[in-house]
Amino acid sequence: MSRAGIIRLWLPALAVGAGILTLMLGLAAGGYDPLLALAALWRGALGSPDAILSALLPRAIPLIIIGLGIGLAFRAGALNIGAEGQFYAGAIAATWVGVSLSAWPRLVAVPVVLAASLAAGLLWASVPVLLRLRFGVLEVISTLLLNFVAEALVSWMVQGPLQESKHIYPQSDPLPLAARLPQLPGTRLHLGLVVALGLAGLLWVFGTRTLLGFQLRATGANPLAARVMGGVNTRRVFGLALAVSGALAGLAGGCEVSGTSFALFQSLSPGYGFTAIAVALLARLNPLATIGTGLLFAALEAGSSAMQREAQVPAVVVSVVEAVIIIAVLLADSAQRRRLLAEAGT
Amino acid sequence: MDLDLLTSFLASAVRVATPLLLAALGETVTERGGVINLGVEGAMLGGALAAALGASGSGLWSGAVAATLAGLVVAAVFAVITVRAGADQIITGTAMTLGVVGLTGTIYRRVYGPEGVGLSLPTFPVQAVPGLSRIPVLGPALFQQSILTYLAYLAVPLVWWLLFRTRWGLQLRAAGESARDSRAAGVNVGRVRTVGVLVGGALAGLAGASLVLAQVGTFAEKMTAGRGFIAIAIVVLGAWNPVRVMGAALFFGAAMALQFLFQSFALGIPYQLFLMLPYLLTLAVLAGAWGRTTAPADLGRSEM
Repeated sequence: MSRAGIIRLWLPALAVGAGILTLMLGLAAGGYDPLLALAALWRGALGSPDAILSALLPRAIPLIIIGLGIGLAFRAGALNIGAEGQFYAGAIAATWVGVSLSAWPRLVAVPVVLAASLAAGLLWASVPVLLRLRFGVLEVISTLLLNFVAEALVSWMVQGPLQESKHIYPQSDPLPLAARLPQLPGTRLHLGLVVALGLAGLLWVFGTRTLLGFQLRATGANPLAARVMGGVNTRRVFGLALAVSGALAGLAGGCEVSGTSFALFQSLSPGYGFTAIAVALLARLNPLATIGTGLLFAALEAGSSAMQREAQVPAVVVSVVEAVIIIAVLLADSAQRRRLLAEAGT
Repeated sequence: MDLDLLTSFLASAVRVATPLLLAALGETVTERGGVINLGVEGAMLGGALAAALGASGSGLWSGAVAATLAGLVVAAVFAVITVRAGADQIITGTAMTLGVVGLTGTIYRRVYGPEGVGLSLPTFPVQAVPGLSRIPVLGPALFQQSILTYLAYLAVPLVWWLLFRTRWGLQLRAAGESARDSRAAGVNVGRVRTVGVLVGGALAGLAGASLVLAQVGTFAEKMTAGRGFIAIAIVVLGAWNPVRVMGAALFFGAAMALQFLFQSFALGIPYQLFLMLPYLLTLAVLAGAWGRTTAPADLGRSEM
């Protein structure tokens, strides 16, 4: 195997190692007990069947679904940094529809709730698509800014139109049983996992076996060449990828409301939309690898909650680990590109 | 609307615009060199925490200096990863902001307790400029502000001079238009870009200080709430020109100050709609600015 190939294979492990090492050094420097923290991290993520089924896997579901969408968008060259907002758009729609479906059979109500969240995410992401294609506004900026709009919207919803019927707490009424995704008895794991795995398979087939999937990669790799040489409608492909990635983030919000939280409130997402960027990048935008990296970051998220409970280390520290992992992947990528260029030059 | 209300609205608009102006001026310098730094949000947030720590430890000016240094450090890391190693600027900037959110949250809770109690910090006093502050309406709005606002005013001609009247500014702008051509002409592209990023980081850090020490008087996790990203939009709206950037920053300050004004009217409109307003306005303005401004040609392009 070539040197580049070996690096490619080991890169995710190296990046994660760099992230964990940074965490340990930082914690030691901050006066925490790094080994106690690491033990808590492990226990919270993988220490028991309950940790895996009720903490790790439920967190992996939104991360995988959003990560798949971000991977799709990035592949087409659409830098969607707004998954957090699209997630909330989906969560709002799922709650709105869900609370009014108590009389419906579950077999119908749940798909309707999920479809509503999908549509809301699609709609929310259509704004940046329109702004980019019609007005030339960079999707990086527009998707980012819409995150703040979505957060304000949730804040309004849970204190306004969707507030629970007693009007005391800033949250929605709980979803009726009919609108909830079935859970594995005795755990918090819900059917959304099957949705996530199914989508990963579907997107893998789409990316490797269809013409549109090929056009998508061509558009991301070199839009000019794709348009001129390949006859690809790059604007359409770009817009489609961005819109679908929004739809998936919205669906993740719907799954979260229908499968885990059963209600809408302000801090519903602990930053899934941003973590999923790391998930997608570490997976090299590959749908099947996204399952693995989604599980990995879910383990970090689940473990960080335990770390806060047991070692008093603020859970938010996990963002630092994510940032280090993203940057490690970027650095390895650019180093590899340079080497290829250097080899081509000689 | 009576004049007192108008004056106090304009004064709060200028106060709110100050951190936006500082950060946007810094990002103008960075982007003129062809680098887009989404980590400006993180540099600002890092500056905000450093300002809080510095000011509660040893006075307001220590806070401002610590904030500037914090912004500088965040920008230095960004510069090493993007300018030196050639990694993607957009994703690096996003990751930097993500990392600083985690770091500031952790340090804040470590220093001020796990729940992060409401922190009350000293703030820079309002100092009226003799004479100018007596101009009706505009005088008190523009010239009864804190020293950091006056610093921001001063930074406008300074940045303009730096960009358009110095040799370094010429090299920076050349590097922003075409790294390849500038290198052929003997410009050390890596160095001018790095300095451009550092200037941006220092000003973003100072922007964080002005947010904490001249506007809010406390620190909270994620308190910059996208102001760094708005600053990037302000740079676009201001067409990468310091003077026009100032106009754009004041416009956004007014949009953000609107919520205070409307709250005092008690119109019964949900306050969250006013929270959305600056972001929606940014999008609308960016859409409207299309085709009328030109970005530095090499902006955002990683260089091999």
